[in-house]
Amino acid sequence: MTGSEFVPLSLVPMLIGICVAVACALPGNFLLLRRQALIGDAISHVVLPGIVVAFLLTGVVASVPMLLGAAGAALVAVAAIEAIRRLGKIEPGAAMGVVFTTMFAGGVLLLEMSDTSAVHLDVEHALYGNLESLIWLDATGWSSLLDPQALAYLPVELPRMAGALVVVALFIAVFWRPLKISTFDEGFARTIGLRTGPLGLALVVVAAIAAVAAFDAVGSIIVIAMFICPPAAARLMTNRLEAQVAWSVLFATVAAVSGYVLAGYGPLWLGAADSVSAAGMIATVSGVLLACAALMGPARR
Amino acid sequence: MIWEALFLGLGYNATLVTLGAAILGIAAGVGGSFLFLRKRALVSDAISHATLPGVGLAFVVMVGLGGDGRNLVGLLTGGAVSAAIGLLCVNWLSTRTRLAEDAAIGAVLSVFFGFGIVVLTYIQTMTSGRQAGLEGFLLGSTAGMLQSDALVLALAAALTLALVLILRRPLTLVAFDPDFARATGRNVDRIDLAMMAIVLAVTVVGLKIVGLILIVALLIIPPVTARFWTERVDRVLLGAGIVGGLSGYIGAAISAAVPDVPTGPIIVLVGAALFLISLLCAPGRGVVSSVLHHRQYQRRVHLRQGLLALAQGQPIYERLTQRLMEQRGLMRGDGVATEKGRAHAARALLDEARWHVVRNDQAYAAAAERYDGLTEMQKVLTADQIREIDARLPAPQGAMP
Repeated sequence: MTGSEFVPLSLVPMLIGICVAVACALPGNFLLLRRQALIGDAISHVVLPGIVVAFLLTGVVASVPMLLGAAGAALVAVAAIEAIRRLGKIEPGAAMGVVFTTMFAGGVLLLEMSDTSAVHLDVEHALYGNLESLIWLDATGWSSLLDPQALAYLPVELPRMAGALVVVALFIAVFWRPLKISTFDEGFARTIGLRTGPLGLALVVVAAIAAVAAFDAVGSIIVIAMFICPPAAARLMTNRLEAQVAWSVLFATVAAVSGYVLAGYGPLWLGAADSVSAAGMIATVSGVLLACAALMGPARR
Repeated sequence: MIWEALFLGLGYNATLVTLGAAILGIAAGVGGSFLFLRKRALVSDAISHATLPGVGLAFVVMVGLGGDGRNLVGLLTGGAVSAAIGLLCVNWLSTRTRLAEDAAIGAVLSVFFGFGIVVLTYIQTMTSGRQAGLEGFLLGSTAGMLQSDALVLALAAALTLALVLILRRPLTLVAFDPDFARATGRNVDRIDLAMMAIVLAVTVVGLKIVGLILIVALLIIPPVTARFWTERVDRVLLGAGIVGGLSGYIGAAISAAVPDVPTGPIIVLVGAALFLISLLCAPGRGVVSSVLHHRQYQRRVHLRQGLLALAQGQPIYERLTQRLMEQRGLMRGDGVATEKGRAHAARALLDEARWHVVRNDQAYAAAAERYDGLTEMQKVLTADQIREIDARLPAPQGAMP
């Protein structure tokens, strides 16, 4: 494949896939160790009503109101889960199940009842996005990466996702020590004066930022997969947090790249005419990686 | 239209689907209660998402064999097989590796669903077979269902409910106290397997009606709702069955009247409305009841502290205390105690003095545990005991002016 074909058609989706995968895998490591792995699942479900409400209020499909709506919905969900858990003394898993299914159902109903036929907003898109469609038509080859005119027409999802990745990475880097201590020994963290409550909430908010930014480009299924599978596979490779995070970034990148390639070209190699969903294939590859780690990882038990 | 639907007036198919949804709701509510009591509610999320690749592959296989791929039984069988594989993966990951169950659930859920999407997008490019309607498995659609399919679903829902009712007692026992069940010689692993089989059956039957994304709500919301109303297992089961049945019935009826909207979200939202009502209004655990209880407690504390302040001749500055004391005629507006107020205050002080004796005496350790600064001694000790305590009280130091 030449640069003139690869750069406009595949480079941008691939980069977005990598950004999504890494941005979700990084906080996923901590969520996994804190037994909050399913927070990612819950967040990615409640993003839908947030986006729909934002659309109904503003009437346009624009990124800023949608990001705000989705972030608002994520906070409402976290608050509701906490309230149900405390008021009803319900176990967190069940409280989460009540909240995210209800909010998702509300989102679907709002979406179906309101007239969104003019805009690109439907449930299938929310679930598995459309990574393949994020092509960079103005690029002509590798030289376009240095051409400001072509760069101006880069799909907006790429800088947004890269920005989310930077935010997530910065948060993890800045709060590395407190996060590590409070994840492994919350009681100790509290005795040395760390505020574990706000820190835990901040972690969930950062995860929500990653999920919301990713949602628009790739749909929710890949978000859930990337929150859990790369960190879980990494957990089976090592006993050190630093190494685990490094492994998870590696796994996430491998899943994103090979998933995209397999979805785009795999069916052609097998003789079929069309490609399959890249988001679904990335999730599948991450599952295969996890399965390999579960069967052969040095620290699997 | 909606009234007609609620009273089953929309034709044979709609009636069958509505009744099927109601039966499914009851089975899901009762079956979900066991899952909820075992604290494994979200396992059902993994099971339901794991049906998608099976449904898709079943379609591909049926088209490959020359059919049009619309046979509901075939599709549901495929879904059941892949859901069972998903369940095995969850169990294997959480018992044979160091991963916790929640991570195993999330991994299986997302990977199976992702693979299902891959299969679905492959099906979209297929030229043969009638693929329209496969999306209906995501969010449920009962509009335009074939009569034979509706009959199959209603029957399967009834069978599932029968299975739940037959296995009710061992499941309750294991859900409530697995250690006791094991100690009395029951095979807990096998009963757990039966529970999962029920969840699997509910999921598969619910695929067409509620859809695989939201079927988990039908398993979780009813028991959580019922839990607000009672502390007893059998009543949780009953309540969850009622809530689930109502959600399925009303939801499917509304959806039959408004055919454009997918059925699943409506059923879930009916259940969520019942949940919200319970969250607010349930006696004991509900929000309103908690607030009332808290307010009552607050008033008792303020009154008691106000009376003790009166008895010791201290001024009262706290607004709520002042208001409560005035409302009850214990104190005048200028802070001076009334006749009644002085009597009550003296009694409160005496009670407090008695408690002081009780709490310093090991012999009354059991009674001393009940001390909370509010309970009157008469409610804890007998008249004889109180007389004995009174004898030990220090002599009065002269009356207050």
